[in-house]
Amino acid sequence: MTGNHRAASGGRVDRSRALRFSFDGRSYSGLQGDTLASALLANGVHLLGRSFKYHRPRGILSAGAEEPSALVTLRRDAARCTPNVRATQIELYDGLQAYSQNRWPSLAFDVGAVNDLLSPLFPAGFYYKTFMWPRRAWRALYEPYIRAAAGLGRAPELPDPDRYAQRYAHCDVLVVGAGPGGIAAAQAAADSGARVILCDEQAQPGGSLLSEPAEAPNPAMGESAGAWLRRCVDSLRRNSRVTLLPRTTAFGYFAHNLVALNERLTEHLADPASGRARERCWQVRAREVVLATGAIERPLVFPGNDRPGIMLASAARSYLNRYAVIAGTRAVLITACDEAYRVALELHQAGVAIAMIGDVRAQADGAWPQAARRAGLPVQTQTSVLGTHGRRRINAVRLARLDAQRRVLGRVQTHACDLLLMSGGFTPSVHLQSQSRGRLAWDDTVQSFIPAQAAERVRSVGACRGVFCAAAARADGAAAGAAAARDAGFAGQAVAAAALPERDGAMAGYAGALPLPPGSSDSKAFVDWQNDVTTRDLALATREGFVSIEHIKRYTTTGMATDQGKTSNLNALGFVARQLDKAIAEVGLTSFRMPYTPVSFGSFAGFARGELFDPVRTTPIHDWAAAAGAVFEDVGQWKRARYFPRGGEHMHAAVARECRAVRSACGIFDASTLGKIEVVGPDALRFMNLMYANAWNTLAVGRCRYGVLLREDGFVLDDGVVARTAEERFHATTTTGGAARVLALMEDYLQTEWPQLRVWLTSTSEQWSVIALQGPESRRVLQGLVEGIDLSGAALPHMSMARGRICGVPALLFRVSFTGELGFEVNVPADFGHMVWEAIHQAGAPYGITAYGTEAMHVLRAEKGYIIVGQETDGTVTADDVGLGWAIGRNKPDFVGKRSLSRPALSAPDRKQLVGLATADPQLLLEEGTQIMPAAGEASSQRPIGHVTSSYASPTLDRSIALALIAGGRARIGHTLTAASVQGAVPVKVTSPVFYDPEGARLHG
Amino acid sequence: MLLIACPYCGTRPELEFVYGGQAHLARPSDPAAADAQAWADFLYSRDNTRGVHAERWRHTHGCGRFFNALRDTGTDHFLATYRVGEPAPGLPQAPGATP
Repeated sequence: MTGNHRAASGGRVDRSRALRFSFDGRSYSGLQGDTLASALLANGVHLLGRSFKYHRPRGILSAGAEEPSALVTLRRDAARCTPNVRATQIELYDGLQAYSQNRWPSLAFDVGAVNDLLSPLFPAGFYYKTFMWPRRAWRALYEPYIRAAAGLGRAPELPDPDRYAQRYAHCDVLVVGAGPGGIAAAQAAADSGARVILCDEQAQPGGSLLSEPAEAPNPAMGESAGAWLRRCVDSLRRNSRVTLLPRTTAFGYFAHNLVALNERLTEHLADPASGRARERCWQVRAREVVLATGAIERPLVFPGNDRPGIMLASAARSYLNRYAVIAGTRAVLITACDEAYRVALELHQAGVAIAMIGDVRAQADGAWPQAARRAGLPVQTQTSVLGTHGRRRINAVRLARLDAQRRVLGRVQTHACDLLLMSGGFTPSVHLQSQSRGRLAWDDTVQSFIPAQAAERVRSVGACRGVFCAAAARADGAAAGAAAARDAGFAGQAVAAAALPERDGAMAGYAGALPLPPGSSDSKAFVDWQNDVTTRDLALATREGFVSIEHIKRYTTTGMATDQGKTSNLNALGFVARQLDKAIAEVGLTSFRMPYTPVSFGSFAGFARGELFDPVRTTPIHDWAAAAGAVFEDVGQWKRARYFPRGGEHMHAAVARECRAVRSACGIFDASTLGKIEVVGPDALRFMNLMYANAWNTLAVGRCRYGVLLREDGFVLDDGVVARTAEERFHATTTTGGAARVLALMEDYLQTEWPQLRVWLTSTSEQWSVIALQGPESRRVLQGLVEGIDLSGAALPHMSMARGRICGVPALLFRVSFTGELGFEVNVPADFGHMVWEAIHQAGAPYGITAYGTEAMHVLRAEKGYIIVGQETDGTVTADDVGLGWAIGRNKPDFVGKRSLSRPALSAPDRKQLVGLATADPQLLLEEGTQIMPAAGEASSQRPIGHVTSSYASPTLDRSIALALIAGGRARIGHTLTAASVQGAVPVKVTSPVFYDPEGARLHG
Repeated sequence: MLLIACPYCGTRPELEFVYGGQAHLARPSDPAAADAQAWADFLYSRDNTRGVHAERWRHTHGCGRFFNALRDTGTDHFLATYRVGEPAPGLPQAPGATP
């Protein structure tokens, strides 16, 4: 269908390039340069969607980013499907497919419209008072229904296949907005020699000038808007110091002048090249920022102000002058601002019948109202709107003149129309100023909030600070651009010291609901279109006692939709102020938050997706383990082999086999991920004594000891074997996950508490590859491989170390065990880890050497009652709680955490203590986290006294074992308690946490 | 994203740093002699200043050193950064104060 609503001439669309597109499956034609909204209007389509709550028919309210109603789903394919896109900002391309939202079965006939009839049941906050009874109905009935009804568009269910780019940029002056103010600022700054970035959300620079008749002479500017634009943009494009970014929205203002921009690269293309990034997120650090973000026209609030065909006056002007689209045939205007009269004149010249211009104000004597009267257009002051008619398109409006007491003067007039234009004045766009934590101040001249004191190095120019006239905005921008460049260090030419343009009250307008005669219905007077918030909702909020604008906003949800209240905030504020009998400035404004308009998730993620989301750390042994079929688990950013299944084994069988192999022959385990810290220097011993709980004086060179690290509040932070490799050198190990944390704590104390100590700390976690050999055959396996090390029990007793070579490579050999079997840990430089592992594995073949993973490691240590920090401890557990009180050097004068240990709470007898648990049924495996109750019997009536920290099937004991923290646990050994497990109440016997070889005889081979 | 002036490396973005809590908290030189209230204050009591706040930062992804800063918690403006051991600019160094 070709549009018969296209003006014969004018506009900035390319009439030589016709485009085909579809809306709700129906095909239409538009022109290159159209938006989806303008093209639909050109085809006479005004019904675009159904409102959020009441499912009322909605159309197009605006021509820009502030659009609250005309939200559609744009679809390229099943994966490239974007809901809730503003039709006013979609650049039309050939083959575009768009769909309306929030309606079933169709846009024209929507079952949801019953909500409109039932609307008295759905006032603001109704969900706080409903959906509570019966309780069971929540899961089965209420929640599924609410989820299905919530929202507008449907999100795609496939992953986003597009690429997104990111860029960091520095500049001297960032100018946001390429309207008259922004272009002038960019020009002035560039002329001074500064590097400038100028961004604008639209495809063409020009801002408000794009809605002027392109070639009409403009006396205030000295040339036509079109000519000025062409000249300036051309000059900026040729300037190498200027970066022009169209289709780029500055959406967030962050600390220290970091402004985030989102550049849309391919949204306007019919056939984007595959592999090309769809959007680019810029993070710009600017020395100075100039905000030229313009102003947004305010709608008026009256009953029935939301029908298709009711739009902002400036929008109708944009559609006419920019897109050559005539939005209706017979128009009524209701205004509190002179601008609307200019719109009426231009529409009149384009052939639209102007049935009435109603002015809310008592007088309208400005230049434009006079021109309108001279042109013979009907004008009437003191006018208000009582209601409108027409379900899917407005067809009539009821106006009345009201006196000061709101009584009707004369009669209520009904005007037939298919277009109703509103103008409540213009609200400066202060979003970025607000995000920058700059202050806003109420200005009586423009009757709005404008930027006041800045918190960052930023200036606002033009309409966004209340300077509305384009020529004045130009001068304002030029002055600010030059000043910004100067503050950024570029002297440049002095700008002619003209007086800074004053704020202009001509666009001030009206905020709040239009007056209604007493007894006249105030139903469906919308304040927030997108969230369906009416004046009745705001009145309800104040009646229910909310006085803070923050509460009123959240209770009614006004301003909380994707448009962030661009067309509703000030009207809501005006209405609430009147309800509370306060000045608007007193009521205050809620904060603006990023993004200014919605940004694709992909743009934030950039390249950090999939494999690049998080770094993956692997050990030198990793490839061997992968080739051996290991199943890996994530420990922090590390990949660790969890078990090595053979021949289709499940984990349980693999772990059982690995454990048995360790205890009967020899197991080989990759311990390379554990943290290692070199502590070296004349004061190394002093430092170790201050940091750790242990008494290190008695640790001889060549010996190892299990170290416990506390926090200053006395709780266990980390543990690990520490070896004294020389008089002034300690090799401290940590848990895998705690490595960075421990080193950071040590550096904190060393740099800021004891800077006088002569000791240096170096992380060697990645420098050493650590191969653990555990089991009765482990010595025999190593024997043939070591040089210069006596492996006998006399020369290398348990918890000692030796230096030598293994496979020709320098090695540090520790005799340590985390399994309770005879064991060694081979430390070689990481580059040799793989080679040495393979050599040991080969040498161990005749002895039945078996690779085992972290799962078997966990089981083996649990059988011996060895704790794992982060499993048996959680930041509230002391060393004594887990049976490590013996490790603390109580005679030391000071160490981190010592003072806290003498707090009575940290030695209370009913503290949770580490014990073992044995289920009555040996095959029953408790879940970790299971709560333990004091007595046998009904678990739900008692309070828990502890929980299960570790639980495994023990192949060694052929039954389940568990470790638990239980209040006064050690005194309960031998007692039977109850575990509140998923299988019901399970009796458990409290035992020692050491299930196997309590004397530790097997440690000695 | 804050720009922070490391006294050793110059101005770097916030990503390179880790916040280190309130500055100039003196760990009692003899913790054993500290009474329960003093120790609890040291462990847990912190100022909640709206305005100029003396705090520590560590240049973790840089030189690795701790340093002090004066930051206005309302505007996030850094008034000064200074090394461990130096007094806060504008504030006299109290005797025995921790760096």
